[in-house]
Amino acid sequence: MGNSNSKDESSLEDFGIEYASAIESTSLVNIKDKYGLFIDGNFVDSSSGKSFKTLNPSTEKPLSVVTEASSDDVDRAVRSASVSYEKYWKKMPGADRARYLFRIARHLQERAREFAVLETLDGGKPIKESRDVDLPLAAAHFFYHAGWADKLEYAFPQRKLEPHGVIGQIIPWNFPLLMAAWKLAPALACGNTVVLKPAETTPLTALLLAEVIRDVDLPPGVVNIVTGAGETGSAIVEHPEVNKLAFTGSTEVGKLIQRSAVKRNLPLTLELGGKAPHIIFEDAALDQAVEGVINGIFFNQGHVCCAGSRLLVQESIADYFIDRLQKRIELLRVGNPLDKNTDIGAINSLAQLERIDQLVKAGIDEGAEVFKPSCSLPENGYWYPPTVLTGVQQSHRVAREEIFGPVLVVQTFRTAEEALEKANNTPYGLSAGIWTEKGSLIHWMAERLRAGVIWANTFNKFDPTSPFGGYKESGFGREGGMQGLAAYLKNSGGNS
Amino acid sequence: MTGKIPIAKTYKLFIDGAFPRSESGRTFSVNNPEGELIANVSQASRKDFREAVRAARAAQLSWASRTAYNRGQILYRVAEMLESRKTEFVELLKSIGANSRSATREVEDSIQRWVWYAGWSDKYSQILGSVNPVSGPYFNFTVPEPTGVVGIIAPTEPSMLGLISRLVPAIVSGNTVVVVSEGESSLASVTIGEVLATSDVPAGVVNILTGDQTDLLPWMVGHLDVNAVDISGISHETDLTLIEEAASNVKRVISRQVNEESLELISDFLEMKTVWHPIGR
Amino acid sequence: MPTSTITFRETGSSIKVTPVDEVSLEARAASLATRSIKTTSKRAALHLAIRCMDLTTLEGADTPEKVASLCQKAKRPDPSNHDVPSVAAVCIYPEMVHHAVEGTEGSNVKVASVAGAFPSGLSTIEARTADIADAVKRGADEIDIVLNRSAFLSGDEQRAFEEIVASKDACGEAHLKVILEVGELGSYDKIRQASMLAMAAGADFIKTSTGKIPQASSLPRVLCMAEAVRDFAQQTNISVGIKAAGGIRTAKQAWHYLVVIGETLGTEWLSPEMFRIGASSLLNDVLLQLNRLDSGSYSGPDYVTVD
Repeated sequence: MGNSNSKDESSLEDFGIEYASAIESTSLVNIKDKYGLFIDGNFVDSSSGKSFKTLNPSTEKPLSVVTEASSDDVDRAVRSASVSYEKYWKKMPGADRARYLFRIARHLQERAREFAVLETLDGGKPIKESRDVDLPLAAAHFFYHAGWADKLEYAFPQRKLEPHGVIGQIIPWNFPLLMAAWKLAPALACGNTVVLKPAETTPLTALLLAEVIRDVDLPPGVVNIVTGAGETGSAIVEHPEVNKLAFTGSTEVGKLIQRSAVKRNLPLTLELGGKAPHIIFEDAALDQAVEGVINGIFFNQGHVCCAGSRLLVQESIADYFIDRLQKRIELLRVGNPLDKNTDIGAINSLAQLERIDQLVKAGIDEGAEVFKPSCSLPENGYWYPPTVLTGVQQSHRVAREEIFGPVLVVQTFRTAEEALEKANNTPYGLSAGIWTEKGSLIHWMAERLRAGVIWANTFNKFDPTSPFGGYKESGFGREGGMQGLAAYLKNSGGNS
Repeated sequence: MTGKIPIAKTYKLFIDGAFPRSESGRTFSVNNPEGELIANVSQASRKDFREAVRAARAAQLSWASRTAYNRGQILYRVAEMLESRKTEFVELLKSIGANSRSATREVEDSIQRWVWYAGWSDKYSQILGSVNPVSGPYFNFTVPEPTGVVGIIAPTEPSMLGLISRLVPAIVSGNTVVVVSEGESSLASVTIGEVLATSDVPAGVVNILTGDQTDLLPWMVGHLDVNAVDISGISHETDLTLIEEAASNVKRVISRQVNEESLELISDFLEMKTVWHPIGR
Repeated sequence: MPTSTITFRETGSSIKVTPVDEVSLEARAASLATRSIKTTSKRAALHLAIRCMDLTTLEGADTPEKVASLCQKAKRPDPSNHDVPSVAAVCIYPEMVHHAVEGTEGSNVKVASVAGAFPSGLSTIEARTADIADAVKRGADEIDIVLNRSAFLSGDEQRAFEEIVASKDACGEAHLKVILEVGELGSYDKIRQASMLAMAAGADFIKTSTGKIPQASSLPRVLCMAEAVRDFAQQTNISVGIKAAGGIRTAKQAWHYLVVIGETLGTEWLSPEMFRIGASSLLNDVLLQLNRLDSGSYSGPDYVTVD
């Protein structure tokens, strides 16, 4: 009979790294045909009767119809939050507020997979990210802040602790549920009530969170969720009974909000854009640095305000490093976000896709060389391949403007001083990355980089205990940690 | 007999450690309550403001990178010098209308406030910073850092204590400042500048302009190289739409009671920096 | 650990050794372990795992009968299913080599022998090279030796290097696998250095472990070695194989290794010529998983042979 390998094996597929599809089931998710506004504990219609569609960006198919909140609706929501503040929340002991937050955290954990799938459907991010990052972190944020609700006097000793009252919160489309958690948890822990507006392209997980909030019996009106686009946002910003605003989104919109708030002396926190330098020294742990750079720019399709979008690599290893990086990019799987092996999902919207495309073209026009891997992109949906631009000068648009997509620009440097100078030469200052095995150099760089979050030998790590926020035009105020509470209490330091 | 005619002081601007006149050549007069002229004070222009920002920016990094202990020493030394010129300040405040008792009280309070903030230099980080217990093998800490260049609209009243209450919490952490003083409070401001000029505070750390706050306010809030503005001192009549331009570079805008003494004032001019590093072999 | 270099035996050129960050390395390995291997990919992975397997028995109590039985299983892992390929090799002590040669005759299954004062490596280099030469003479196709950790860790890398050179010479035509005993090295930086040192000295394969200490192969350790193999290939154009051994018991673990190798080194390493899994109990779990895929229902241990 001889050797068993003689058996015809051509019938067997070779094991390669093109894995068979492994699609996460969507059967857990029950998307309604239409969603109302969550005001005063109930889902209600808009006074104007207007609505808009939310799409699945990986198929361009509509998922549901969502109500557009008019300024009258926003007014209803603010009044509900205001009444609820006086009637329930202001009087409630911190320990009881904590109980509600703990409940929300638990419900998020229990329904994590459902939320993750919905997040991926509505926003286009890979299921492995919504499952392993967004959901665990969102729950962790509620857990962490729950514990603060009855311990605020330890965070701010010797001070009168007074909440603002009604807080208006506007969040972006890149981490829809997680940003809702970042905003709601500290606001509620500190005793405020909230009117929150999710982004118009990704409202569904916030609306599912509204169900959770109803299910945990949070007093009506403590959290109101109104859906809509810019006009709805403006109505919140301009509403005279909103006592404090918190916004995460583009620097452009952030400036408009600041304009409005500053002349009314209205407390405000802003978490805006970035153009983070990611600095690789020649003595770095290079394989891990490659992974860090990949994660830094391609995590969530690069739709990350703190994305490591400017690679600064030391001249002596630049060719080697860029070669490694390109080989690694070849391995990235772009496609169906519901596939558990997908690394890069869909671009969140057509508008964003066009913006990315336009900026990359500008980069090429200015003389950058472009690298894109050989991966194929699905026919329907909004897609952009992971892209690297080399030969980029500090003055190029792609080196200065936030692209907010899977596009990395590469520059080189010779000395630490030069790296620092290039790194800091931006109006932004949200985050920065450093890779070197030399401890003293890490601290030297970390001390001098003008950015709110410094990742040394790692990147894109988040934790509820770790304050997050920017310097310069990346905004002010912090989210997370003890320092993040400050914005939700009157006169507690930081930028009002 | 000579020596009986007093020599009046010329009140000039304080920029980058020097005392230039305004490039505009303009002055304004400060009178005593009886309406008698005390001094012609330089009236700063927007170009003077620009020069002052330039000086403040140039001085900022090196001031911030001194050790906290050293900044504390330098600022404590200023308090010593204020103490030695106590009589001068009392007389100055009296000349613009304070009675002897309230003038003495304000000067003593001012010196005390200066000492109080100077002592924070190597402590606020320990109160406001933290080591954060993140869920993973990372060492994670948050440290406060100075915001950068701060524009301050000095309170007009109380003129000495008001300025010191806004100034010292800003510079103690390593910010550099451009102060704009107005009217009769300019006298105390310029005199504080004279103290600073002979102290160990490096040139450019504190720049003091005298002039029209309402005129200079838009230039201050609109300047892209100013990171924060403290408008606590603006008058109640100021049109707040003037400060909209603060949004042009997402400036931190601070507005508080003018006469506070608190750690929160220091934190108003701080950025929180969080650093992550893996823990491994 | 700063970037260092090791001199390549063949050319005298310097090979660069990059530092390793433990936390990120482990995170990368963990992320690769989340690859979801389903349906056709799973079947292909299970078959490949068998084809790359070194079926091992390294017990003092080994007998010729046990080796014979091992060889039978190696050639025909599932007697009821001729689709199931044979394994790559049997791995045994030198005393058992001729039994294994007999047992695998007429098949593609190779005979691998540990040699050279396995598992400590602590005897004279003369004794160790004699042991190697003896195993080769008895018919071993592949020789698994250990790195002299005592020399390597005490700073005498030169001696550790020269001993591998001597061992390679003693192998003649036989393939040399150098066991780093990663569980004793103390850090990924040392694993990386030891990998480079063994390759620079002429190893055809680098192997994780003897299986004789509790700390054996792990996904991040193999990832660390695979990155060294990739760097070595890039710097010398020589492709060195990897063998993961010790503690690999489940089919799922096996395909995690295949994912790590495939995504780090490329599919050309996904073959018995370039990748091996040393194991004794893994094969049966792989067979159970294959049964499950074929029948659609879960199988049980009574439906595969114990040896």
